[in-house]
Amino acid sequence: MTVENNVQNAPQNGVKALFGLVSRKAWIWAYLAAAATFIAAMMAGSGGGAEAGSLLYAAFTFASFTVIVGIGQMFVVTLGPGNVDLSIPATMTLAGTVALKFMASDGALVVPGLLIAIGVGLGCGLFNFGLILLMRIPPIIASLASSFLFQSVAIWSNRGLRIKPPEGLADFATGGTLGIPNAALVALGVSVLAWIVLERAIIGRWILASGQNKRAARLGGVPVTAVHFGVYVGCAVLAGFTGFLLASFSGGANLNMGTEYMLMSIAVVVIGGSSIAGGNSNVPGIWAAALFMFLLVSMLNSYGLGAGVRLILTGLIIVSVVVLASKKRGRV
Amino acid sequence: MVVNRKEIGTREVPIISLAGIGVSFGPVRALSDVALNIMPGECVGVVGHNGAGKSTLVNVINGRLSPTTGEARYDGAESKADFRNGQRARQAGIRSVFQELSLCPNLTVLENMRIPYRNMPWRNWRGNAASAVRVSLDAVFPGNGIDPYRVVGDLSIAERQMVEIAIAFSRRDIDARLVILDEPTSSLDGSIADQLLAYIKKFCAAGGAVIFISHMLGEIFDVATRMVVMKDGRIIANDAAHTFTRDSLVDAMGHVVADGADSGDGRKQRELGDEVLRMANGLTARKGEIVGLAGLAGHGQAEALAQCYLERSSDWRANRAPAVVFVAGDRARDGVMPLWSILRNLSLQTLVEFSRSFLVDRKAEKKLVADWHRKIKIKTDDVESSILSLSGGNQQKVLFSRALASSAPIVVMDDPMRGVDVGTKKEVYRMVRDEAEKGRTFLWYSTETDEILECDRVFVFRDSEIAAELTGDDITEENMLRASF
Repeated sequence: MTVENNVQNAPQNGVKALFGLVSRKAWIWAYLAAAATFIAAMMAGSGGGAEAGSLLYAAFTFASFTVIVGIGQMFVVTLGPGNVDLSIPATMTLAGTVALKFMASDGALVVPGLLIAIGVGLGCGLFNFGLILLMRIPPIIASLASSFLFQSVAIWSNRGLRIKPPEGLADFATGGTLGIPNAALVALGVSVLAWIVLERAIIGRWILASGQNKRAARLGGVPVTAVHFGVYVGCAVLAGFTGFLLASFSGGANLNMGTEYMLMSIAVVVIGGSSIAGGNSNVPGIWAAALFMFLLVSMLNSYGLGAGVRLILTGLIIVSVVVLASKKRGRV
Repeated sequence: MVVNRKEIGTREVPIISLAGIGVSFGPVRALSDVALNIMPGECVGVVGHNGAGKSTLVNVINGRLSPTTGEARYDGAESKADFRNGQRARQAGIRSVFQELSLCPNLTVLENMRIPYRNMPWRNWRGNAASAVRVSLDAVFPGNGIDPYRVVGDLSIAERQMVEIAIAFSRRDIDARLVILDEPTSSLDGSIADQLLAYIKKFCAAGGAVIFISHMLGEIFDVATRMVVMKDGRIIANDAAHTFTRDSLVDAMGHVVADGADSGDGRKQRELGDEVLRMANGLTARKGEIVGLAGLAGHGQAEALAQCYLERSSDWRANRAPAVVFVAGDRARDGVMPLWSILRNLSLQTLVEFSRSFLVDRKAEKKLVADWHRKIKIKTDDVESSILSLSGGNQQKVLFSRALASSAPIVVMDDPMRGVDVGTKKEVYRMVRDEAEKGRTFLWYSTETDEILECDRVFVFRDSEIAAELTGDDITEENMLRASF
């Protein structure tokens, strides 16, 4: 009797469990969307497996830069309404230009160059946080204002020169290991660390608590100022690191290399299923959203649609994701 | 220029007449069976303890609340139970000044005057409003020197209060005939308050009516011609002012029928330790003591508690041995993390205490929560379910556990029993006593007298200062009321 029941229930339980998973993990939708765009892009092309392989390889390569800055932005957005870092593109540019100028294509200076890029990120983060905490400027305005400053410094130090990265570094950034792009491996490492911080570490709990209700978090023993400090500085450090990686990948830093990451970093947070109201974020969704955004562009390209359509679609997608997400919250 | 449709000083009909008024919010009865007539020329003083129903009464009169039962007649007109009492009250010339200031801080004084004056003539309204405010300010507070073109946000608290009062008495298309003043003098100094009282007398002599709510009994005795004493949503005394004395008024307000048999039992037998807390305002506490903060709501108790907590904890680092923990009363604002499970809500305070590294020790967390789930009987099968699936009382238990699970020697409680059922209250009283016996110190702010009676020592607050310190057998409701007023 019981055995029969079990047999009958098994598939139902499976379906139920799947539904439960989908409804609990918002980021599954982002993966489904990425897969759908991938298939759509393939249908437009004529090649077979080889083309699919190269498309995926490119997708993972370009997604990895978005993933690293997206993770930084995700932590900032988690802090709650009004928290966003708009200085990511300028920080990337500044770190990239300063580090490449310092290395001057000399292969022996890669490690100090990396440290300089991270140091620039650190400095930018401290500056942002100083504006936000000491001057009490709203984060949006503070980071936007400081991004002009960072960008100006980058222009002043770079003077339009394009310095090539050291050859070994460029080979690493553009190369792959076991068929996986090195950039993607680096981004994966960052993602794992971020996941541990968010889901398993005490600081992660504190970030999530501060994002839900800052006052209650403070009264519950959370050192909220330290949490904000860590998040803003960490985000800028990730941006600086991405700037270094991207400059090495694309054969030198240029002054508009960060531009598209302003929208991208926010878009992947939203599409990845993190709540823009704060307090509820996830790392896997960042990957799905970054892949989706790249594949969307490739799909539109392969159907022969231009950059204008792509931007319109990106905007529409962000708006509809936010609307859907807020509807869901309302029902619960 | 301005047409007067209702003149001040028509003495025949009551401006407002309430009969059998009851107001319920769900199961809570805020007012029951209230009858009150206010004739032109009267100044009615309304007194009562926290939650006696004064504010609800005022809101029924000015039409912001519709009574659940009973009749409210404005100017003797037919009473209808619909939602237009606000308009009727305005038509009858009823105006209100609230304790929490209700001016728009980003607008100028004269623009704030424009807001309640809905059908003000358009032509040159700024000039007219400025002169109307000017006239009214000079009438009520001679020599005030407030410029109507100043932005309210730049004024001091006292000046804002003066502006709000002046706007309530100002001249519009319908004259002010009944002005409700809810704690109008709380932020005014003595001489300014005297100016107001003098103006109220003049206003009433000219046929206007005033409802005056204050905790300053001296002022009430000064201006009121009639006293209304409220308790538990009822009017328990309503008589000419000269029939009361200060003591008889306090007696009339007080004395909730005390089942005082078991309260205070725990108090006498306990040995208290050394002093562990001393604050600048004179608040002290000893090891193992339950210290109560009493007095009327909004007299600085919550601020004192927040200061005590914030001084002893840091924005920058979390301590493995915290000096103090906080139990919130306003759960949504100060306590609950709405997106989280019961488990995560409960463990928030103690994460650094039970985890050895920077990672959360999830085994220790589960054990801690299971212990408290059993100990404090949180009504749920699954501690992984959302905190919002619990009733208010059970959410409060989670917040209690969050704080008590810590090793902190001092526990600060900001009116934690708000909206909690009787059963939970009894459990929490017992837990607080047990913990105090183990040597923890509690600072307990409460608006409910029977909770204050549980305490070993009581500080009564008035105007953000400690008005009295009561110990032992002096902790009675009567003494607390005397110190509060």
